[in-house]
Amino acid sequence: MMMSGLLKKNVGRAVFRRGLASEVAPAAPKMKTFKIYRWSPDKPAEKPKLQEFQVDLNNCGPMILDALLKIKDEQDATLTLRRSCREGICGSCAMNIGGRNTLACLCKIDPDTSKQTKIYPLPHMYIVKDLVPDLTQFYQQYKSVQPYLQRKSVPEDGKENLQSIADRKKLDGLYECILCACCSTACPSYWWNQEQYLGPAVLMQAYRWLVDSRDQASTMRKEMLQNSMSLYRCHTIMNCTRTCPKGLNPGKAIAEIKKALATD
Amino acid sequence: MAKRISGLQREVLQVYRHCIRAAHRKPLTNQPNFVRYIRTEFSKYRDISRKDFSTIEHLLRVGNRRLKMYSASEVKDIH
Repeated sequence: MMMSGLLKKNVGRAVFRRGLASEVAPAAPKMKTFKIYRWSPDKPAEKPKLQEFQVDLNNCGPMILDALLKIKDEQDATLTLRRSCREGICGSCAMNIGGRNTLACLCKIDPDTSKQTKIYPLPHMYIVKDLVPDLTQFYQQYKSVQPYLQRKSVPEDGKENLQSIADRKKLDGLYECILCACCSTACPSYWWNQEQYLGPAVLMQAYRWLVDSRDQASTMRKEMLQNSMSLYRCHTIMNCTRTCPKGLNPGKAIAEIKKALATD
Repeated sequence: MAKRISGLQREVLQVYRHCIRAAHRKPLTNQPNFVRYIRTEFSKYRDISRKDFSTIEHLLRVGNRRLKMYSASEVKDIH
């Protein structure tokens, strides 16, 4: 009894369905080709290859990350990449897009469908899988500059280490770094001397702690950098500044360290 | 005369040796488990080409990382 009632209702709805006045013809699909670097550690003897994917830009978000997630959801679930915040604050989705290191979530898809977009992992890094590089070395280098406040004395009021507005201003353009490793992996010097040269991202953080007026360990910090490899492998190539997805200037920070060490 | 081994081959043998030595620092009853594990892992890629450098180098990195992990004294047994 109730079932037949439901059925009748449904039939009625189908018959009397009206089209909306604003209905539009479906737009022609804009198929964009993405070529993505693939390599799986499960089959280490297989060589890495570029795999082609087609994505319709009409029902895809504007950023490369949207396209990658769409491919992962709909076409190939084995595609592996790091991502988290999708707004350029975590630095997880750093990769090489169209020959430039950047964050997939901050990089717009080129609407020209006649051109392909090539996506590689960060250059000159060991690959864990597909677009995921092994950043262990990078993080260890970051740890080696002791990126934390070091003081012998405690503040007089026992609460805060105060800082003047001018001193705080010195940290602008340094503290915003999200350690995505785009700049370090864009630096030829870092490619050739990854074991000893610290790389722009880490050096910029070293400088951030050097200029901090609250930090009292700057002599020790300077001494750590005073050798031919950790700092002086920087030859001001400036790839770091060109590629930084946050618009920071690691090249300038390194130059400032060099100046501070020279006048020491 | 024995065949001269290449640098990469020597590296592989070194990793194998380090693994076996690490296994001998484990509790006596579980040592055979470690040795068996090491041998199966190495024999998985036994038939890899000698000239497949990139693959061998990758496997060496994986091996070293795993050696570091399993040689921690907290690891008592392996299956």
